[in-house]
Amino acid sequence: MEINDKLIKIWSTIGPRATFGMAALEFSKKYEDLMIVTSDVSTSAGLDRFRKTYPEKYLDVGIAEQNMIGIAAGLSSEGFKVITTTFSPFQTARCCEQIKVNLGYMKHKVCMVGLASGLVLGTLGYTHCSIEDIGILRSIPSITIISPADSLETVKAIEASITHENSCYIRLTGSSNNPIVYNKDYNFEIGKSVKLKEGKDISIICSGAIVSECLKASEILEKKGISCEVVNMHTIKPVDKQAVIEATKKKLIVTVEEHNILGGLGSSVAEVKAQIKNSPEQIFIGVNDIYDKGGEYVFLKEKHGLSSEKIVENIQQNYNNDAI
Amino acid sequence: MQEELELKSLQKVEDFSKKIRENILNMAYLAGSSSAHIGGALSIADILSFLFVNKMKIELKNPLDENRDRFILSKGHACLAYYAGLCELGYISKDELKTFEKNNSNLLGHPVINRKLGIEFSNGSLGMGLSLGIGVAIASKKKKKKLNVFVILGDGECNEGSVWEGAMAAPNFKLDNLHVIIDRNNFQQTGSNKEIMDLGDLKKKWISFGWETIELDGHNLNELSNYFSKSDEIKKPKAIIANTIKGKGFSFSENDNSWHHGILTKSIYEKALSELNNKK
Repeated sequence: MEINDKLIKIWSTIGPRATFGMAALEFSKKYEDLMIVTSDVSTSAGLDRFRKTYPEKYLDVGIAEQNMIGIAAGLSSEGFKVITTTFSPFQTARCCEQIKVNLGYMKHKVCMVGLASGLVLGTLGYTHCSIEDIGILRSIPSITIISPADSLETVKAIEASITHENSCYIRLTGSSNNPIVYNKDYNFEIGKSVKLKEGKDISIICSGAIVSECLKASEILEKKGISCEVVNMHTIKPVDKQAVIEATKKKLIVTVEEHNILGGLGSSVAEVKAQIKNSPEQIFIGVNDIYDKGGEYVFLKEKHGLSSEKIVENIQQNYNNDAI
Repeated sequence: MQEELELKSLQKVEDFSKKIRENILNMAYLAGSSSAHIGGALSIADILSFLFVNKMKIELKNPLDENRDRFILSKGHACLAYYAGLCELGYISKDELKTFEKNNSNLLGHPVINRKLGIEFSNGSLGMGLSLGIGVAIASKKKKKKLNVFVILGDGECNEGSVWEGAMAAPNFKLDNLHVIIDRNNFQQTGSNKEIMDLGDLKKKWISFGWETIELDGHNLNELSNYFSKSDEIKKPKAIIANTIKGKGFSFSENDNSWHHGILTKSIYEKALSELNNKK
């Protein structure tokens, strides 16, 4: 679809969820056999306009996520291109076995868009946060997992997944007024990470809305004499092995994720790194396997060491120039 | 004349179901000590025969025909009957039947999707087939295809919450091309429905969810024929509570829940074969 500066700005302002809704209108024109299946979240997913404009392509199954995946798989088996969407915990954990059997085992192709993943709904408590989704889905064969860094990448990821060979899980993080990571259109390829910044000492590997925090952190560290590259590992499964192998040439690898440090991006990087001789140490930044007190997004990012300042602190403490 | 034709076609169903039972015995016997889900396969054998022979629009030589009626065995553990029926339709060879539950087989203890063999979906984790059926039924309507979708559920399977998510959705989407057949054999894995989880008035439940619901004898071909000859005229999703007997067809297995998953020894196998062949 056509992408311009104005759209990039609008998408960034409205955030990933509303961007998905806007983009869906365009996808619908392009893909005649598209169906969007939701479970009572049209407003939250920015799909109200889509629902009115294309009622024949929109199916609301009510608050019944297991049924949503089953119906989506049935539609897919009859040749429809299907997008499902609801809040991340209900799009993943609630219907995990339906995803396993219908999309993994049987390989019916569905694009699942998980709304408000990570910590952005922290004031609502951990029922509505999602720090387990990657870990849960990563163990299911034939499911691709993508965590876009900003609204533009969200659009590109969803479009790529519509024609991708496997089912995809698109993990939307961040809020409205998400910082822009990509000012200009760029080449997005599932499974191929993007190096956003060069650096010689450390490799920061990250994904999702937290990428912009990592970019900020790397600039602060640069001024302190620590040179970091920043790799946007937007596809967590299959992970970009070549990029990880490249990163092992640095003195330290830091993975940063708005997710439990178990089972997510850090783990998938470590699984590759473990096979590389003489690879450097890895620091895992993320939620430290705990359901802690909730709160606002900015507060929770700070608390779990995901703000740019905390990332800087952590790296400074762990990276000893003289020792290496 | 009409009656004569009907009698003839019901005789076909009866012959088919006899062959299904024979195939079931052969597969279960070959499975040996790894056991097989015999009881629940025998309880659906007559319904499945009726659907395959007399009701469903299927192309004998082409399991992939896109206008075929769709069959979903949600109670996937009853796959012995499914494989046996697909064999009689000519989709699965007799030789392939012998691979049941063997290493690398296409025919495991729960169905694995294989459209060339006529296996529409992978099933076995209970409570998932109805949702698939709803998806297929919606897709058929959108594509303006006149085909029916048949889903067989177990009564024990109706313990699963996801069944009721589907039960609520089908009338909401006005899916008059969807038939659900509940194999009401009154047993589940470790006991009777009443002992494990009382299903209460199953008919009332389906009616209250908005389904055109009928209760019939799932082994009585005349009752099945009477119902299915007119069922397409009903403009609602249809639930058929089929009263059946778990292990139906053999003296040793009827209503004996140890045959939910049991080992068919040589002597029982031979006894069963002779019972089958001595039937009129």
